[in-house]
Amino acid sequence: MSGLLNTIYTAFVRRNAVFLTTIFVGAFATEMVFDSGSNLIWDSINRGRQWKDIKHKYMSNGGGGDDEGDDDDDE
Amino acid sequence: MLARSSLRSSRAFAAAKSPAVRTATRNASSQSSQSAAASWKNTALLSSTTLLAAGSVSWYYYQFGRPTQAMTLAEEGLHPPKFPWEHTKLTRTFDHQALRRGFHVYREVCAACHSISRIPYRKFVGSLMTVDEAKAMAEEQEYDTDPNDEGEIEKRPGKLSDYMLPPYQNDEAARAANNGALPPDLSLIVKARHGGCDYVFALLTGYPEEPPAGAVVQSGLNFNPYFPGTGIGMPKQLFDGLVDYEDGTPATASQMAKDVVEFLNWTAEPEADERKKMGWKVMAITTVLFGLSVWVKRYKWATIKTRKLSYTPPHAPAKQPGSSFRRFQQHGYEQKP
Repeated sequence: MSGLLNTIYTAFVRRNAVFLTTIFVGAFATEMVFDSGSNLIWDSINRGRQWKDIKHKYMSNGGGGDDEGDDDDDE
Repeated sequence: MLARSSLRSSRAFAAAKSPAVRTATRNASSQSSQSAAASWKNTALLSSTTLLAAGSVSWYYYQFGRPTQAMTLAEEGLHPPKFPWEHTKLTRTFDHQALRRGFHVYREVCAACHSISRIPYRKFVGSLMTVDEAKAMAEEQEYDTDPNDEGEIEKRPGKLSDYMLPPYQNDEAARAANNGALPPDLSLIVKARHGGCDYVFALLTGYPEEPPAGAVVQSGLNFNPYFPGTGIGMPKQLFDGLVDYEDGTPATASQMAKDVVEFLNWTAEPEADERKKMGWKVMAITTVLFGLSVWVKRYKWATIKTRKLSYTPPHAPAKQPGSSFRRFQQHGYEQKP
């Protein structure tokens, strides 16, 4: 246990630049993981109810050209 | 024997208490006779005061505590039943297919009289329409341009940023066209009425075939028990098969009412889907943070919570053999382990 803590300490905390970088990268990584994970859960609870689940029925065959507002405007 | 009989006869007049009775009870073999008499008094006193207190409280409640009704029940309107809405649950979004159907119903039925003027066309994009559909719908309407060089205001087709046009120019025109009754704007109607979705659904589907016996319906009004006052300007609008849904859903009156209520809830709270999702995220993160803060508190307080205090008397007697525990005991001190 103490050996593991020592390893972590020397790897991440000893040098300030590494420590700061760890904090910043960790914050971004945590946010990305948490957001995508919770969105995944939310979408599975509401499968078939949201616009992104039904929009393929109404999109014209031209492709993604009219997709521009579909995702950025979900308020 | 004499005492016994006098006691027995005095039972008939339980209220009276003669000295003879008292003597008799005192001489009886039971030792509780005196206290029994006293407890009889106590019981009477306690019962009467309790009755008085309860009576005064209930009298006060009867006088001042009851809810007052300024209106009769008919003026209040029938309270709508609770319907099992799926989209109002905390973990559920709107059913956007139903929103699309509801907007279809709105355009074909409600929009003849009711506006949703707080909704711009861009709101439909990404929640119940594609960009092309919304643009095409906006271009069907004409809007005023800014004044040109000559100061004239021209007409232009609508854009996504325009708000939905009301069916009437102003409230006066709406009243004039509807027998003096103003059709309310429906953008926020679900938020603006007691009962919300339940009320609007009950109102739309609650028109009886004919008004019940004894109900007074003024001319030009229609009977609806859910409407406060029961006289509503809007006649029954939703009939089975009134619209043709593009997704093939059978257009019964209750299906249309359900769809249009969900749509009107969306117009009132277009942010609801995102708000619920964000609320769950906030709950999750604050749960973690709360657990962390509890841990930090316990960590910081650990030294204080686990320390032990000992008391050394100022004039300690001469040291005696044995442990300090025994010395404290001899001098009357107690020490908890």
